[in-house]
Amino acid sequence: MKHTISVLVENEFGVLSRVAALFSGRGFNIDSLSVAPTNDESISRITLVTGGDEQVLEQISKQLNKLVDVIKVIDFTDGSGIEREMALIKVTAEDESRAEVLRIVDIFRAKIIDVTPKSYTIEATGSPTKIDAILELLRPLGLKELVRTGTVAIGRGAKGWKG
Amino acid sequence: MKMNGARILLECLKKEGVDLVFGYPGGTVINIYDELYNFKEIRHILPRHEQAGVHAADGYARATGRVGVAIATSGPGATNTVTGIATAYMDSIPMVIITGQVPTALIGNDAFQEVDIVGITRPCTKHNFLVKDVRELATILKKAFYIARTGRPGPVLVDIPKDVQIAQTEFSYPESIELRSYKPTVEGHPKQIERAVEMILGAKKPVVYVGGGVVLGNAAAELTEFCRTLELPVTTTLMGLGSFPENDPNSLRMLGMHGTYYANMAMTNTDVLVAVGARFDDRVTGKLSTFAPHARIIHIDVDPTSIKKNVRVDLPIVGDVKGVLQRMIKVAEANKEKVALLKEAMLPWKEEIAAWKEKHPLTYKHASSVIKPQYVIEKLRELSNPDAIVATDVGQHQMWTAQFFGFTAPRTLLSSGGLGTMGYGLPAAMGAQAGFPGRQVICVCGDGGVQMNIQELATIVQNRLPVKLVILNNNFLGMVRQWQELFFDKRYSQTCMELPIDFIKLAEAYGAKGFQATRHEEVEETIKKGFATDGPVIMEFKIAREEKVLPMVPAGASLNEMVLNA
Ligand SMILES: Cc1ncc(C[n+]2csc(CCOP(=O)(O)OP(=O)(O)O)c2C)c(N)n1
Repeated sequence: MKHTISVLVENEFGVLSRVAALFSGRGFNIDSLSVAPTNDESISRITLVTGGDEQVLEQISKQLNKLVDVIKVIDFTDGSGIEREMALIKVTAEDESRAEVLRIVDIFRAKIIDVTPKSYTIEATGSPTKIDAILELLRPLGLKELVRTGTVAIGRGAKGWKG
Repeated sequence: MKMNGARILLECLKKEGVDLVFGYPGGTVINIYDELYNFKEIRHILPRHEQAGVHAADGYARATGRVGVAIATSGPGATNTVTGIATAYMDSIPMVIITGQVPTALIGNDAFQEVDIVGITRPCTKHNFLVKDVRELATILKKAFYIARTGRPGPVLVDIPKDVQIAQTEFSYPESIELRSYKPTVEGHPKQIERAVEMILGAKKPVVYVGGGVVLGNAAAELTEFCRTLELPVTTTLMGLGSFPENDPNSLRMLGMHGTYYANMAMTNTDVLVAVGARFDDRVTGKLSTFAPHARIIHIDVDPTSIKKNVRVDLPIVGDVKGVLQRMIKVAEANKEKVALLKEAMLPWKEEIAAWKEKHPLTYKHASSVIKPQYVIEKLRELSNPDAIVATDVGQHQMWTAQFFGFTAPRTLLSSGGLGTMGYGLPAAMGAQAGFPGRQVICVCGDGGVQMNIQELATIVQNRLPVKLVILNNNFLGMVRQWQELFFDKRYSQTCMELPIDFIKLAEAYGAKGFQATRHEEVEETIKKGFATDGPVIMEFKIAREEKVLPMVPAGASLNEMVLNA
């Protein structure tokens, strides 16, 4: 089962490697990872997506909490969060496929951000499932390059993470 | 007042009440040593190896309950500390390790004697710091000590570049520290505590399983009071030995791989298992799927990550064991009738345990034709002071000490449990003796492990530390040989030490005294002579070479599948 976990940490050097080491030390893969400062410059927010059985994830979540630099751990797996991701996609677009690409971009409310006679570069945002869906449609046309930011997530409702 | 970083370090140590450090000089800590030259409030002991320096600080911490401090230079000095740090980390020992680092401008340049010790020790410290600015030094040290000793204790490393030691700033030490990201839970949930006592009072076959957390949390008195009030059977791990007196009729002594038959049987048959400051290590549980199959499990620990890590738990209590046990005592006192009922309900259980004890007591085959190691340990107990501290190395002698010494007080056994570090014993004994110059400190080693830090005899003699070093010499790496005998068809691959060492001459070479026993009749006299001699002493016992540690739960087997005599 996939878990999306937000980790609020002190914005200091070495913190990311402490967090990453908890996963690598247990032979666990991090599927995606994104890090940036928050509205409070002294706090960074790490969002990571990982898989694994429940018991191991409970242990990882406790271990994350135990790290001295970690302020808070939020697991969004229960659907309590909104998840978004951005992808930049370079796709082959020649002759008849040019129109097809444009149609797909339109349906997904994505954007063309670079054009050449042989290719389009697309910017798409949305839930990770939406990104997966557009990729599935574009793949047969010829994907040249793909960059995904990794999921970021925020809790639903009026409250911030501090409550 | 303005002062340099090196001086600030020493002032901070003083503020933390540190009066003894173990350290080894070198290029990137030379400024610290220069300040130390005239700094009279801190005593410095120079070990002969940085690993031993860290083990000594660890032994000091385990024996005294205070934070142990060690210093090493950058590069090889720092890497030499790693085994010592990992040993302390696995057993949750509060320590602060100071390493020198190359000047900040050179970090990352593969400078002479540069290693990324913060990166190297990240997985084996509770936390670590690289100090990049002298103005942060005092606050970081305050944090280091706070983190090392609070919650579940552990080693904290502070890496200080040379230029930070030289740079000057105004010194002020923070009175207290608040970390928004580090708030150990100390007070157990009162409702959970009530429920736990209720569950125990309703049990028919309860067992209390005690780990090192009770020793670390200074809760042995509370644990003993609670268990005695309810007359509960108590078993301890290696790390928990001494937290409940082993001469108490309700002591089941040690459990696990080399635990007693009756402790392991009690674990297998209990209906309510109360784990206090323990972590369900695989050497304790045996095969997990058959561990305590009939029990509801109560788990009390200050570290939430310990709970439900290896076994399911029915009633978790996160909190400082001392406070939790104090509350449990109060709840029990308020339920006197139920306590009386429990005692009655436990009678058949006590009979069952007594039958196990009678069937397979903790014993060994006595002999007078050879020296039995177990006999040496029994004699050591008999002839030593009641408050003696015993450090062990790792191997068969460690288990014989754990089984046969009969520990009755906390912080009297110093042993590397989690990491099982050979070479730990002698320096740990040295650290404990430095902390308690007036107490008897005995170190029990095998002939293999003692040679891993034998150079510390020099430190011991130089500092007039009257450590009594007992070597149980089987001329084998005994514990590995035992596994080879039992599970590898006696193929003794690389476990015979072949070259006999003259440990008596070795003692003399370092300026210590040495006594040897080669026959059963000489054991008592040798120990008496050793204890009666002032200063450091080696007592060597040529023991029955192929004696085994029994009983034994083979790795991966269930606790009730013990090899009792093989
Ligand atoms: C540093 C280290 N290396 C290897 C081991 C593996 N090991 C565990 S016990 C043991 C044998 C110890 O032999 P000795 O010190 O003579 O003690 P004995 O078992 O004979 O009492 C070995 C090699 C270890 N625990 N630590």
